[in-house]
Amino acid sequence: MSIASNGLLENRMKYKLVLDHITKTFGALKANDEVSLHARKGSVHAILGENGAGKSTLMNVLYGLYRPDKGCIVLNGREVRIENPGIALDLGIGMVHQNFMLVGRFTAIENTILGTKIKGIHLSLREPRKRLLELSDSFGFEIDLDQPVWKLPVGMQQRVEILKLLYHNVDILILDEPTSVLTPNETQQFFDVILKLKATGKTILLITHKLGEVMTVSDYVTVMRDGRVITEMATSEATTQALARLMIGRDVLFDVTPEQATHGENVLEVKGLCAVNDRGLPALDNVSFEVKAGEILGIAGVDGNGQTELAETIVGLRSLSAGKILVDQVDYTHVSVSERRHRARIGYVPEDRQRRGLALDHTVAQNMMLSSYNKPPFARRGMLHLKEIRHQAEILVRRYDVRLHDVGQPVRELSGGNQQKLIIARELRENLKILIAAQPTKGLDVGAIEFVQNTIVEQRAKGTAVVYISTELEHLLAVCDYISVIFRGHLTPKMSLGETTSEKIGLLMSGGG
Amino acid sequence: MLNLIRFVYMFKSVWAVLAALLIGSVFISIGGSNPLAAYGALFHGAFFEYFGLASTLVKMCPLILTALAFTVPLRCGQFNIGAEGQMYIGALFATTVALYLPKFPSVIHIVLCTVAGAMGGALWVLLPAILKAYYQLNELIITLLMNYVAIDLVSYFVSGPMLEPGAPYPYSREIPESLFLPYILPNTDAHMGVLIAVVLAILLYVVFKRTSLGFSFITVGRNPDAARFAGMPVQGLMVNSFLISGALAGLGGAFEVLGLKYRLFHLFSPGYGFDGIVVAFLGGANFLFIILAAMFLAGLKSGANIMQRAVGVETTAVEAIQGLVIIFVAASLAFRFDRSHWAHILSVRKMIQKKRTEDKQEKDS
Ligand SMILES: Nc1ncnc2c1ncn2[C@@H]1O[C@H](COP(=O)(O)OP(=O)(O)OP(=O)(O)O)[C@@H](O)[C@H]1O
Ligand SMILES: [Mg+2]
Repeated sequence: MSIASNGLLENRMKYKLVLDHITKTFGALKANDEVSLHARKGSVHAILGENGAGKSTLMNVLYGLYRPDKGCIVLNGREVRIENPGIALDLGIGMVHQNFMLVGRFTAIENTILGTKIKGIHLSLREPRKRLLELSDSFGFEIDLDQPVWKLPVGMQQRVEILKLLYHNVDILILDEPTSVLTPNETQQFFDVILKLKATGKTILLITHKLGEVMTVSDYVTVMRDGRVITEMATSEATTQALARLMIGRDVLFDVTPEQATHGENVLEVKGLCAVNDRGLPALDNVSFEVKAGEILGIAGVDGNGQTELAETIVGLRSLSAGKILVDQVDYTHVSVSERRHRARIGYVPEDRQRRGLALDHTVAQNMMLSSYNKPPFARRGMLHLKEIRHQAEILVRRYDVRLHDVGQPVRELSGGNQQKLIIARELRENLKILIAAQPTKGLDVGAIEFVQNTIVEQRAKGTAVVYISTELEHLLAVCDYISVIFRGHLTPKMSLGETTSEKIGLLMSGGG
Repeated sequence: MLNLIRFVYMFKSVWAVLAALLIGSVFISIGGSNPLAAYGALFHGAFFEYFGLASTLVKMCPLILTALAFTVPLRCGQFNIGAEGQMYIGALFATTVALYLPKFPSVIHIVLCTVAGAMGGALWVLLPAILKAYYQLNELIITLLMNYVAIDLVSYFVSGPMLEPGAPYPYSREIPESLFLPYILPNTDAHMGVLIAVVLAILLYVVFKRTSLGFSFITVGRNPDAARFAGMPVQGLMVNSFLISGALAGLGGAFEVLGLKYRLFHLFSPGYGFDGIVVAFLGGANFLFIILAAMFLAGLKSGANIMQRAVGVETTAVEAIQGLVIIFVAASLAFRFDRSHWAHILSVRKMIQKKRTEDKQEKDS
């Protein structure tokens, strides 16, 4: 054995996990191009990169969902072949996906033992329950193990996912954009969990777009761009700005130019809105507000305080139990979704892109015309105009910089952030009168966030009335003219940015003030 | 090479059929006949003999229609396995209009009978459709169970109120000769129905490929939440997919009466409604391939007797082959090109080649 390879071997031994020159292609596209990564035991290793940089792909390779074309995986100094997630789990590698993969109707316990090999015919839940309770207690999870998981808040569902992995004794946890669905509070608790996991010697691979998080929790960071690794370094040697520059290859300004807009007449008026959530509990309690043309109203609040229900009642996806919705003084309270879209010209960026926003098996082009499927220029007299559909999609994809190789590709194949961009491209069409944007920047990289916020500001300049719902106060403060806070279904009167502070809003968000 | 293999995967139904025939030939050999001769007789009889072809066409008609009836809701994410029952009710309605309505000019009366048949089928699926779309009740079980209700209902009518006086077993009076569907092959049973079925299949192909309506059906099938968000009337579309389905099956029943039997018999269908499901899968839920699949299955059925006469193989051998076809088609659903080793190996090879040419270009320049 040569000295060189000896050195390599030693190098490999030092790390818990080495991904060595992994290449993965999809057709002509190189999603991962000679990607290497070195993760140490008991550390948090962040993976950073633009939308479509290849982060999820790399993790899917490690988790056995994709087979790499080239390169190898070295675990504890030994090369391993991971053909499927079952093998990954046996090797102690577990993954929480960008989009959770729990079975909604099952309880936490049932979800956990799903996929374990059952000994004998009798399925006993007693053993698993005991272990889960112990694990849950030792990490301070406080999960109700017997609720069907769809009834749990997202933060809890995520804990179920993590618990499931701990139950299977994994020692490498892959977390794909775990915090994009969490509230600030939940994020804090989540970090505590991460640190506890780290303390017990687990290795954590963390994908995120939030540079702040990288700085706070990670020990090492790998930056990817266009399928390649740009750098791998200790987080202590990095700064937020430097990381942003490495990631997208230019400086990100992090601020938008909120040119003072001229506000027109009231466009959207909501009066005394009441509605219930999916569980049949009251979610909106007498909510009233109005938005003028060329005005951005931010709705701040911790997730699950009625934002989704509010957006859905306005666009007509949810029936209301009381109240009125007026657009230009015309009553739209009991009008169909399609009428609201086309006559009242309401655009809606939903929070849950994969459930509401997209049909994943449709092509990109089909998704781009989803809401105008029977309207010109996409269709005439009921016949689809396939060429035009393609053409329009290509224009939008180019304008919004959606990374893909063909608009005839199913949307499922796009990276998470690019799926989000697709929805924004579709919803922010011309002549929009009202835009309801719920977490429009979820899962986007910093460059894309900047772009989306600028686009929203542009919409305002064109006279669109914008309702911008977000859990992230800084994003709201960057673009909004007014802010209201929603808490347990109550909405505060709107405050102009001058008359309030982020401290005050923060207090209102937690029910104080 | 890549395209060739993709091609192989595309026609997996064909391979499934061939595999079934291959194993079937073992049965035939055990039975003491030459499988080649047997198959030769079967397919020659079914497709290249005048009367055999006619009988194949006759069987194709209900098979296409019931396969379409299964596929339309399937594309919309719904299951209708009640085509058999809807066929019975369609036949009942068509017969009723044929026997009890005052005399109309023949063409108008035929159209009335056909429409009545379609409406009967649609009516029979209305209840499960509404229960599914508005109350989320499982349509699979309800449509399945309603088959047996429909069959018994028809038996009741033809052995009671509609029974032809003096009939040895339950059937209705014969419909007036003016209502017989025109023949497409003289002196045989082959009637117009099969042409209409083929036209409907092509029509549906176009609807699902090129129209807003078809697109909205498919969207509902793929993601009902997104469809609702896009402003599509999701529940209405679900119900409509069932109604279209029921109408197609009902039409199948009406054509059996108007084109072939000229009376309503009890238990007149040998399970076409269920065979339709097999045809739909064999055709990969593609409206055009369904025509071919129906032709094949109809050919097997009509060729069976010819084969028995020619080489003395029991017709049950054909039934066994039919069973094998079902098994192999079901198994072939598990093979997908994009998940195959082949796809993987080939994409790697393609990439290397591309890289090589790129390198070469770089060197050249
Ligand atoms: N199954 C697939 N088929 C074809 N292309 C794919 C497939 N999966 C991913 N890709 C492509 O590979 C590239 C990398 O995708 P990946 O999901 O790894 O990005 P990502 O870094 O996770 O981005 P994001 O931050 O937006 O989630 C994208 O251009 C995507 O379109
Ligand atoms: Mg991703």
